[in-house]
Amino acid sequence: MSATKNVNVAAARPQSVLERMGPDLPRQMLQEMLLIRSFEEKAEELYALGKVHGTMHLSIGQEAVAAGASHALRKGDYLLNHHRGHGHCIAWGSDPNLMMAEFLGKENGYCRGRGGSMHIANIEANNLGANGIVGGGLPIAVGVGLSIKLRKTDQVVLSLFGDGAANEGAFHESLNMASIWDLPIIYLCENNQYAMSMPVQRSMKVERISERAAAYGMPGVTVDGNEVTEVYQAVAEAAERARRGNGPTLLEAVTYRWRGHSKSDRQVYRTRDEVKQWMKRDPILRFAALLGVDDQELERLRAEAKRRIEEAVAFAEASPEPDVSTILEGVYA
Amino acid sequence: MRELTYAEALREGLRQAMMADPSVFLIGEDIGRYGGAFGVTAGLIDEFGGERVIDTPISEAGIAGACIGSALTGMRPVGEIQFMDFVTLSMEQIVLQAAKIRFMFGGKASVPMVLRMPAGAGTGAAAQHSESLESWFVHVPGLKVVAPSSPYDAKGLLLASIQDDNPVIFVEHKLLYKEKGPVPEEMYTLPLSQSHVVRQGRHLTLVATSAMVPRALEAAEQLAAEGIDVEVIDPRTLKPLDDAPIIESVKKTGRALIVHEAVKTGGFGGEIVARIVESEAFDYLEAPVRRLASLDIPVPYNRTLEAAMVPQVENIAAEARKLVKGKY
Repeated sequence: MSATKNVNVAAARPQSVLERMGPDLPRQMLQEMLLIRSFEEKAEELYALGKVHGTMHLSIGQEAVAAGASHALRKGDYLLNHHRGHGHCIAWGSDPNLMMAEFLGKENGYCRGRGGSMHIANIEANNLGANGIVGGGLPIAVGVGLSIKLRKTDQVVLSLFGDGAANEGAFHESLNMASIWDLPIIYLCENNQYAMSMPVQRSMKVERISERAAAYGMPGVTVDGNEVTEVYQAVAEAAERARRGNGPTLLEAVTYRWRGHSKSDRQVYRTRDEVKQWMKRDPILRFAALLGVDDQELERLRAEAKRRIEEAVAFAEASPEPDVSTILEGVYA
Repeated sequence: MRELTYAEALREGLRQAMMADPSVFLIGEDIGRYGGAFGVTAGLIDEFGGERVIDTPISEAGIAGACIGSALTGMRPVGEIQFMDFVTLSMEQIVLQAAKIRFMFGGKASVPMVLRMPAGAGTGAAAQHSESLESWFVHVPGLKVVAPSSPYDAKGLLLASIQDDNPVIFVEHKLLYKEKGPVPEEMYTLPLSQSHVVRQGRHLTLVATSAMVPRALEAAEQLAAEGIDVEVIDPRTLKPLDDAPIIESVKKTGRALIVHEAVKTGGFGGEIVARIVESEAFDYLEAPVRRLASLDIPVPYNRTLEAAMVPQVENIAAEARKLVKGKY
């Protein structure tokens, strides 16, 4: 499979996008991508050590989408993301300590240990939560968009979902409603090539998921999801359009998940060679190269990210378990 | 007191809620100019405009999602599902999203939404437009389930549901829409989770829901003429259920009959039976606790078959008579 077959070359040149980002943001984004990578590598390690139960979905290899999209938006905008969501949560400015505490099921985690890896939300920061149901956040995005419109603010919603969700009926209802009401929603499909084991090529006839935008009368754009600047530029343009009252956009970021779907995945549906080919397109290395960060400096930044995650693990491990006497709390307001 | 129909009472409740709170809005299929399939929202679009009385495409998952997302971000949506049957198309959003968001996110989010939906048979609409599915929602922690049986309750419970900070499944009944009853003009609420002793009696506790309440009352009047004194209780909120008045009543009467329109197997009646027999009322029972519900079949089209499926006044009276006269 050709890695670049479906990818539009973004109109803007990377250097001009970097200029748009300003002097400090690119470095911050690189550091966050390293933080996401470290968080997930550590999550995997903790799982292997038996320190977490349940499952998890790792986004290693997809960090450019999280970083590029989140930073193209403003404080006060809303996020609805999906089960492979650690990266978006970090890029949205969440505290790794509270995320790791949630991951370990602790009382002072973001969701008091009731949600876990698949359901981290940070309501105070308008991060309305990851979702365990493929496409489950898409109808909710309509409501958030409608609420923004009714409250007459200039916020936007970033609705993240995968290629699998694009085949749910909820996708159709959501995009249609958002379009007829010109809701300020940025639909960002992270096409990581597989819905669990089902490849995109076998699950839809269209070549690009963004082609489906035409059916809803909204713009559809495919970008290289391993290129931070392309994701950033596309989301920024979609956000501008949404804030002007011109409605939603369907973006497709073509990327690849390096790990299996979840911890039970033996990856019999793809070849090692395919994974290796995509690993050569590591979004972190590509962005570092674009920023002129040399190997030595990258290693220093990587070590700093790992240190930060170790700190988060220490915080989480020292955090209290929920008290069983509180088990009934939070069912009703 | 002035009388309104059940539909008018609901409409007045919606209007007063929208006037009192700018965050309240309505969303559903054909609720604008058309006024809703059963006319509940008639005229509200003229008063509040299309921005607050929002007609949707035929997208039931989208309607539920629109309620959830707006409720999460400061609004108080009231969605309408045109027929309760169609809520099957919204189930993922209601059961896996609305009901779970608060708990899953550690109690840090709330979803103050109401989803209104007309249930019930009796209109000749056959199997796909006549369902009573309330027990599905009763089974889901995080949801509240409200089912008013009179115009007075309809308005008061609707306003309470809109003010509640939880997702509320508000079950209306098609046959009740045209029923009239006294309704205060002012804005008032009836507390959720408060069962209502509609009629006092000594010989039998009859727990009825929704459209079965007026039928139970009519049966009780017939039985009174025979010297059988029936206490009728309407739970009004099915979840969370206030079972104390039911248990107290059974301790007094020693007999219980539960009547609902939904099919018997897996219906809400089983829950009421369990609450009674698990409680101290068990020791007071003088007869088996009985359920009278619809037959376990899809709703038939034919008028005679449809009526034969659902409990009627005569069936309720006959069942109550047998219970009180020791025939079980």
